Amino acid sequence: MTDRIEQRINSLNKRLNSEKRFRIYCIGAMSFALAWVLILFLNIFSSGYSAFYRTVIQVDVPFLNLIEDTTQFSEMSSEDINNLSMYSFSKKAIYGLFPDIEEKKDKKMLIRLFSIEFEQEIREFLKSNKSNINETETIYLTASDDVDQVNKGNYPRDLDEDKRRIKDIQLLFFDELVDRGLVSYEFNLPFLMRGDSREPELAGVGGSIVGSLFTILVVLILSFPIGIFAAIYLEEFAPKNRVTDFIEININNLAAVPSIVFGLLGLGIILNTFGLPRSTPLVGGIVLSLMTLPTIIIATRASLRAVPPSIREGALAVGATKMQAVMHHVVPVAMPGALTGTIIGLAQALGETAPLLLIGMVAFVVDVPQTPLDASASLPVQVYLWSESAERGYVEKTSATIMMLLGFLILMNLAAVLIRRKFETKW
Amino acid sequence: MGFILISLIILIGIASYFLGNLRAKNLRTSNQKNLKSLSHYYGYYVALWAVVPALLILLMITSFKSFFIEQYVLSDFIALGSYTETELSLLFTQIENTALGIKLFDENTILIDGAVNKLNYINKTSENLTYVTVLGLSGLLVLYSLFNINNKLNSRKIVEKFLLVLYFTCSLVAIMTTVGIIFSLLYETLRFFSQVPITDFLFGLNWSPQRVFVREAGDLDTRDLANAFGAVPLFAGTFLIALIAMCVSVPVGLLTAIYMSEYASPKVRDWAKPIIEILAGIPTVVYGFFAALTVAPLVRDIGQGAGLTVSSESALAAGFVMGIMIIPFISSLSDDVIKSVPQSLREGSYAMGATKRETIVKVLLPAALPGIVGSFLLAVSRAIGETMIVVMAAGLNAKLTANPLDAATTITTQIVVILIGDQEFDSPKTQSAFALGLTLFVVTLALNFIALQVVKKYTERYD
Repeated sequence: MTDRIEQRINSLNKRLNSEKRFRIYCIGAMSFALAWVLILFLNIFSSGYSAFYRTVIQVDVPFLNLIEDTTQFSEMSSEDINNLSMYSFSKKAIYGLFPDIEEKKDKKMLIRLFSIEFEQEIREFLKSNKSNINETETIYLTASDDVDQVNKGNYPRDLDEDKRRIKDIQLLFFDELVDRGLVSYEFNLPFLMRGDSREPELAGVGGSIVGSLFTILVVLILSFPIGIFAAIYLEEFAPKNRVTDFIEININNLAAVPSIVFGLLGLGIILNTFGLPRSTPLVGGIVLSLMTLPTIIIATRASLRAVPPSIREGALAVGATKMQAVMHHVVPVAMPGALTGTIIGLAQALGETAPLLLIGMVAFVVDVPQTPLDASASLPVQVYLWSESAERGYVEKTSATIMMLLGFLILMNLAAVLIRRKFETKW
Repeated sequence: MGFILISLIILIGIASYFLGNLRAKNLRTSNQKNLKSLSHYYGYYVALWAVVPALLILLMITSFKSFFIEQYVLSDFIALGSYTETELSLLFTQIENTALGIKLFDENTILIDGAVNKLNYINKTSENLTYVTVLGLSGLLVLYSLFNINNKLNSRKIVEKFLLVLYFTCSLVAIMTTVGIIFSLLYETLRFFSQVPITDFLFGLNWSPQRVFVREAGDLDTRDLANAFGAVPLFAGTFLIALIAMCVSVPVGLLTAIYMSEYASPKVRDWAKPIIEILAGIPTVVYGFFAALTVAPLVRDIGQGAGLTVSSESALAAGFVMGIMIIPFISSLSDDVIKSVPQSLREGSYAMGATKRETIVKVLLPAALPGIVGSFLLAVSRAIGETMIVVMAAGLNAKLTANPLDAATTITTQIVVILIGDQEFDSPKTQSAFALGLTLFVVTLALNFIALQVVKKYTERYD
């Protein structure tokens, strides 16, 4: 008798233990998923935030060496300043930091502390301040990527010299400059404004932000009306027949087609058959609209379906035609749902990369595009491009680009949630 | 030019709406005529006549213009008859650039000078002509439709008919897209299979299309072609990476779904579910970067610590990150399915004295199985079609391997590798990418179809 009771208690304990274990597995699985969200974000943010500021080095530029009287600059046009030969003058200004170095090699090393566009930067300073240039001006020049990374502590200083991109003598110069208080940080505005560059310290996301903006604009212009009209037709007007069924199956299938296949479509039809220009936001936008259409159509149909029939019937009862009932009464009520679907579709399109690679939006573009017909990159493509580069500086730039991309996506999704909360009617 | 013209057309459209509206109102008051529709429908009617034909004509002009301009500019060269088609189009670009002031020709012959002049002339004329045609047409049709307004015209019917046709056309875009995809894939694939036998593609063990590319198209050896396009290593690599991804995402996704639907309090659910769904919203290129820069070195270091040789582009790293990406697809779908199992089944099981785990494993999961399997299949089709993670983190060289620590390549990676940058469209290498695309399209479509069928057929109805 007691044996059987003991047996029962044992088996019950076993069952309860396995219950506990199972619960722990479940919690473990969920924590695993949550942890990866955290790891992903921390990883990106910790390596990316430093790209938003940059290292600059103060240099005293003796303009008197360039011209006898600095007031003469105010009479020069921008073109005159462009024609001034300033290269050796700019170099001498930098040598002025360490007047006692003589050797050519060391001088070269000193110059390499700065970004290769130092001459251009001095020229730009001259152009924008030409009316009141003093005999000597203090100018903040962009440091080279290597110095920037050392200054931010991203680059190990204790490696062997021949394994390091930055040499001992340069570190010596750099530490001396730090001691003199000439090295400082500033907000990296050029990163947000400029196009791509082969030099990490000069590369910016401005071009790809504009490219993404144009692409999304094209997607919005094409897919919003087409998607909503298609949804209205299918939900409200379509007769139940084979054509309608076929369209529906098509839309559901398209939603599941891998994005790269849309890239092949863009390459085969839009570029080669229609001959639209390669690498442009226009073509990228067309391809991505085809990809986001199913999302918009499905979301809009769902919100049209949620409108109670009484609204339709009420309009019809007072003598509205079917079109009037739909356009004046049903569609406005369903609009928040359609808008939410559109924004989510646009967010998808903003993050999409693969189809853009195939239609050539991976070109190296230095200029910020002016119209949707200029060659350009987009934010995710920029991530891909920079992640392939070896330089240390591109790692933080890539992470920073991802941060901006994620920022845009979060904003868009927030907007979608807000629209849904504020305008959606519960019946 | 296009932007100004389109804005002008839209302005005309707005103006003509008011004109039509006004004329309808006037007719009503002055003639005591009983019009068949409300006045603003006459406005829409006139505006449609003003805008739609003008835009269609503009579209036609812009699509055919370049062809005619090229014909006209090159007419002297075509008359000579000594140029091939590609030479002519090259010549045209050169002439275009010369017209822009870029010096390309060593010496400008009379013919080229003539062509440049012709180009400048025709560009100017065609622009003026376009303006005149489009705006003239628009204006004429506005006048026509304005005078057409009378008490016999039911403009509401016309406007509504137009809207209906417009809506129907928009819904056809989905079909057009599918047709476009199938057409573009099939066209190139068939050209590819005319050079490479389909059996070699599907069963060949060696994938090295760059070998074909290196040689001149003239001395392509057929045996060379046959050996270069065996896609089995790609299929194997895709399968391997998808398998690793599923090994990560199936247990995690399913257990998460179970926790969400059965254990979690509403409060935990409310914040945990959206956070996990963030994983589905992160662009894949971000995962790719993460896999290549963080996970792959980590996997390599751990592997080397354990004395294994791990490739720096291991299938394991790519598959693992892909698995994380897929978790929310499985967890949300399975969550929905488990929750939709009727409460009576749960309560019946508890009433028999079963623990929660026993209820879940023995009652709920079997009842929800079709939906769960459906979600797995959808996740597999995602994993197969996923591109950026594998492009950035998996290998580029096709090698037949089952070792997850080795580099493996996938169908999508090869499509990108082949088609990124400039391509020659007549080379079998380029066409092979379309054949791979077709394979991918067919497989993912089949998987989705099967998933939907499974869900539809085996879902028990509890109502």
